[in-house]
Amino acid sequence: MKTRLLNVWSVLKLPLVAILVGFVVGAFCIMLAGSNPLTAYAALLKGSLASLPSFGETLYKVTPILLTGLAAAIGFRCGLFNIGGEGQYVVAAIATVGVAWSFQGLPHFILVPILLITGALVGGVWGGIAGILKAKRGINEVITTIMLNWTALYLSNYLVRTLLNPSRLLDKLPSGHTVAVPEAARLMKLKVIIPAFGYSSAHTGIFIAIGVAVLMWFILFKTTLGYEIRAVGFNPTASEYGGISSAKNTFLAMFISGGLAGLAGAIQIMGLVYMVNQSPELPGYGFTGLCVALVGLSHPLGCIPAALLFGILDNGSRQMQLAGIPKEINAIISAVILVFVAGALLLKYINVYFEKKRGAGKPRFKEVREV
Amino acid sequence: MKKALAIVLSLLLVFGMVACGGGAEVEEGPLVVLITDTGGLGDESFNDSAWAGFQRAETELGVQIQVIESATSDDYLPNISAAVEAGAALIICNGFLMAEATQQGAEQYPDQAFALVDSADAQAPNILNLTFNEQEGSFLVGVAAAAMTESNVIGFVGGIQLPLIEKFQFGFQAGVKAANPDAQVLINYTQSFSDSALGKENALAQNKLGADVIYHASGGCGIGVIQAAGEQDFWAIGVDQDQSALDPDHVLCSMIKRVDVATFNAIKMVVDGEFEGGGYVFSLADEGIGAGDEAGNLPADVLASIEVWKEKIVNGEFEVPYDANTFANFSL
Amino acid sequence: MKGRWKKDLPKVLEMKNITKVFPGVVANDKVNFDLEKGEIHVLLGENGAGKTTLMNILYGLYQATSGEIYFHGEKVDIKGPNDAINLGIGMVHQHFMLVENFTVTENIVLGSEPSKANGLYLDMETARNTVKEVSDNFGLKVDPNALIQDISVGLSQRVEILKTLHKGAEVLILDEPTAVLTPQEIDELGVILKNLTQEGKSIILITHKLKEVLSMSDRVTVIRRGKIVDTLKTKDTNIDQLAEMMVGRSVKLTSDKEDKTPGDVILFIENLVVKDTRKYDAVKSISFDVKAGEIFAVAGVDGNGQKELVEALTGLTKTVSGKVSLCGKDITGNKPKKVLEAGVGHIPEDRHKRGLILQNTLAENLILGYHYCPPFARKGVMNYAKINEHARTLISEYDVRTPNEYVTAGSLSGGNQQKAIIAREFYKDPVLLIASQPTRGLDVGAIEFVHNRLIEQRDNNKAVLLVSLELDEVMNLADRIAVIYQGEIMGIVEGKDATERQLGLMMAGASMEEAIEGGKADNENKIA
Repeated sequence: MKTRLLNVWSVLKLPLVAILVGFVVGAFCIMLAGSNPLTAYAALLKGSLASLPSFGETLYKVTPILLTGLAAAIGFRCGLFNIGGEGQYVVAAIATVGVAWSFQGLPHFILVPILLITGALVGGVWGGIAGILKAKRGINEVITTIMLNWTALYLSNYLVRTLLNPSRLLDKLPSGHTVAVPEAARLMKLKVIIPAFGYSSAHTGIFIAIGVAVLMWFILFKTTLGYEIRAVGFNPTASEYGGISSAKNTFLAMFISGGLAGLAGAIQIMGLVYMVNQSPELPGYGFTGLCVALVGLSHPLGCIPAALLFGILDNGSRQMQLAGIPKEINAIISAVILVFVAGALLLKYINVYFEKKRGAGKPRFKEVREV
Repeated sequence: MKKALAIVLSLLLVFGMVACGGGAEVEEGPLVVLITDTGGLGDESFNDSAWAGFQRAETELGVQIQVIESATSDDYLPNISAAVEAGAALIICNGFLMAEATQQGAEQYPDQAFALVDSADAQAPNILNLTFNEQEGSFLVGVAAAAMTESNVIGFVGGIQLPLIEKFQFGFQAGVKAANPDAQVLINYTQSFSDSALGKENALAQNKLGADVIYHASGGCGIGVIQAAGEQDFWAIGVDQDQSALDPDHVLCSMIKRVDVATFNAIKMVVDGEFEGGGYVFSLADEGIGAGDEAGNLPADVLASIEVWKEKIVNGEFEVPYDANTFANFSL
Repeated sequence: MKGRWKKDLPKVLEMKNITKVFPGVVANDKVNFDLEKGEIHVLLGENGAGKTTLMNILYGLYQATSGEIYFHGEKVDIKGPNDAINLGIGMVHQHFMLVENFTVTENIVLGSEPSKANGLYLDMETARNTVKEVSDNFGLKVDPNALIQDISVGLSQRVEILKTLHKGAEVLILDEPTAVLTPQEIDELGVILKNLTQEGKSIILITHKLKEVLSMSDRVTVIRRGKIVDTLKTKDTNIDQLAEMMVGRSVKLTSDKEDKTPGDVILFIENLVVKDTRKYDAVKSISFDVKAGEIFAVAGVDGNGQKELVEALTGLTKTVSGKVSLCGKDITGNKPKKVLEAGVGHIPEDRHKRGLILQNTLAENLILGYHYCPPFARKGVMNYAKINEHARTLISEYDVRTPNEYVTAGSLSGGNQQKAIIAREFYKDPVLLIASQPTRGLDVGAIEFVHNRLIEQRDNNKAVLLVSLELDEVMNLADRIAVIYQGEIMGIVEGKDATERQLGLMMAGASMEEAIEGGKADNENKIA
């Protein structure tokens, strides 16, 4: 039992220390900006945890980044760097609006699952494109997903301006956003169930996200699919030897990853925004998802606290701004945490690399440790 | 490691205390909050201009001012909630992108005073819509461009192609047409309000096609347009604020949109207890819109002709076109 | 008396009470080691016994935790390889450190190139002459103008040795020098080393191969688990004693197997052609068969197509042409999964690249290849209770030394990793077991274990295809031996008739007839 605990500690040590360092560096930056770090952090906590409504706002922030975090995590597990969470999110969001508009006559309990599946499928297909290119042609998924991000954004902007614009569908003046999804497509706000959530925008999407996190944990660690995806991620050649097709699993992992990011897009639309805005830039959830996955050590359950952390930072930044602290401070804290986690992981990889270089047959001293 | 950490933490505490001691001043006056669009402060344009109005209100009216910069468009409504919770007397949502969120917020908080800049799409008893006749100012800089061009090719670089930005475009085209019917206007949209590289690219492309005066209505992209003007030595026309400070030798003049006047006036209404919902349109007539030339690049004759046209518009002698339809029907 | 003897053979080098502690491990524990002038001194020990650590301390790659080093009686402090080189200590690593597309000369003078015109030009003429001089002095013949990529492994090793001599080495450390050589090349190396000692050089040889100790050395120091067991004169000891000292218990070096009549043909290969990753033909029209109840060995020097042959058989590489069938069923070009399902077990040559997923737990590794089959998984959901139970059974049955089944495969020692792979592959009870270098990097005790398991498989009337670089292993185990050279089978000989000489000649490219002639001539010479 004790060794188990020690193991847990040795795993958690890295992100925890990184988070601490992040906040300390952040504190110095706050002082440089001429404010008091204690006030700032008090505002951060007040803004994100102090009351149920403010916690609700945090939960609303957590929902999409937990899902994009899971998307990144499953990619990492298969040795893939899915930077395309952004694009998968965007195409799923616009598809959700389109499908919700087309099926607006359907009742809530039928329309909602249809939309969730739509989002996941569309995101999955968008991720799957990069997956197929990687599996069949060996094209680096980093490059294809980055390109698909912009493709998705411009496609979405085009649809906002044309097919889904209120000017086309509602005979109104042209505007910079789509029509809104019908009432039946909207997720219930938490404050409807628990009035204490007050003004917060939190919605039932958070339960879906947590449920999906548990599901992903089950898939990754309790099914043959997860076994094979992890095997390919760690060692494609050994997987091949074990009869595991690395092409098939690469595609599946990208499809699932895209599906999760797509689900984030669908839920965001159904939970709060109800429409897609014309946007000059990517929404950023996919990138935050990469951070969540890194800090969550690519573990689906680890993504939950990691998403909470970034949700707190994101949401608290409002209150910090109201306390007169520039919003960039939070970006700095996130960045420092990331640099430390990523840096430490990188060191690990470098170590493994050198161990490999030293020659498989001749480890330096490991073998002395005969148990 | 542990020791270092301990030192850092205790240092923090000490600094924290000192900062605490300094920061304990008593503030009075109502709180007014600006919520920016995703462009944020530092755009040297629209959002900064709105904030300038707040700063003026702080010194002249003694209000407390705060700003929340929106990280994504999904944040608009939560940001409104946060401002309401902070006890704001007035929340100014800066930009037409926030229309929908402002509508929702106004319904959710019917007792809260809102002002929405640049859009009349959100309508509620507690929303004050602050809009501008941008086409009028654009017309004037169009006149300037038509007078200054040597190649008879003039450029327009827009941000995202929206009805709002088209007001700039058609007003500008009308001004050019009025002053110099032979001049051709090239029109490009960057589909972005933030990517200055795109602005530069488009401006350089237009310059290649012969454009020697380029007007931009593209937010942050415009910085690239002005850079391009500096590199290739042609005229750029700024927007929203007087942008001549960016490059006094290449910014011919600027279409001024006094967002600061708008925000200041809205705040003043609240301070004076005169706030009510509805629309307020700023135009040449009330100096909420204008053409500015701080660097003094316009020759006297051009300034004089601008003055003449301004007179005509203010007197209502004709209506400046603001969309494709009105432009098609435009003649003098 | 003893004192005078010491005077005659002065100590070049003494390492006293060397202790080296790595976090959690004592790699060297108060080790004493000395080297006399003009001797070949073998440092013998199993993998991980601490011999390489000790030599790395001497060469300056590690710093000892405590202990002293004396060179010609003077205490020295070796902080890095440069200090060692300046003292006159040279090291030839197991993996050569040569620039493939440089010439022999360029490689040898690398780092101390003679130059003309104040360093503007390389003076290749002088360099070539120096190299020639050095190689003539020590009887190490090489072509100074040949590119490294064009010369054999044995010659590359000579270049490595010349490189250290060129730098003025007086003491040479050779780390496992015979691992990559054919038997003939090993003999030649023995001659070279003798010559070097006659020129006054002193040599330390790191090895775990007992036969080489006896044929090459003057003295031998045995090291086990970081401690010196004893230092002996080679002529006063024998192979069994050394093995026992090295392993810590008595071991049998040869395996007994009963005669057995082989059964039906299990694996049948006809005109198989396979390309390597560079698209060259690595296997050129090979045909042979493996029968039930026999161990069929493919012998050869590394890199002669063995890897491609095995990968083609197991579906890991594409087959260009030819036919492979298993139990009469055509399996040519099948995917790895189908090959496994057809009843093939495979112990891969590279256990880190192919055999294990080092970051996964031991239990998860012990089902790789049949992870989707009941009882370990049903309808895509894995049953970890069964998987862990299976792991515990295999761990105890195959004596895998591990704290539990949850540790990562990477945390096990090489021998235990190999045991885990063998356990996994044997559990399937395969009709054909392909064992590719199954004892690579293993110590004597583990080798004995693997050999017994392979013979057991044969005795259970299963077919075993053994691919090995170790002639001893092949001759010890195989019922039939095919020698592969440059992608072709030079001939197939009965295991009991094969001689080392004959196989060695075939491994170097001689046809079977030539080899038999050569073998005979050799025997006649010996008699004469």
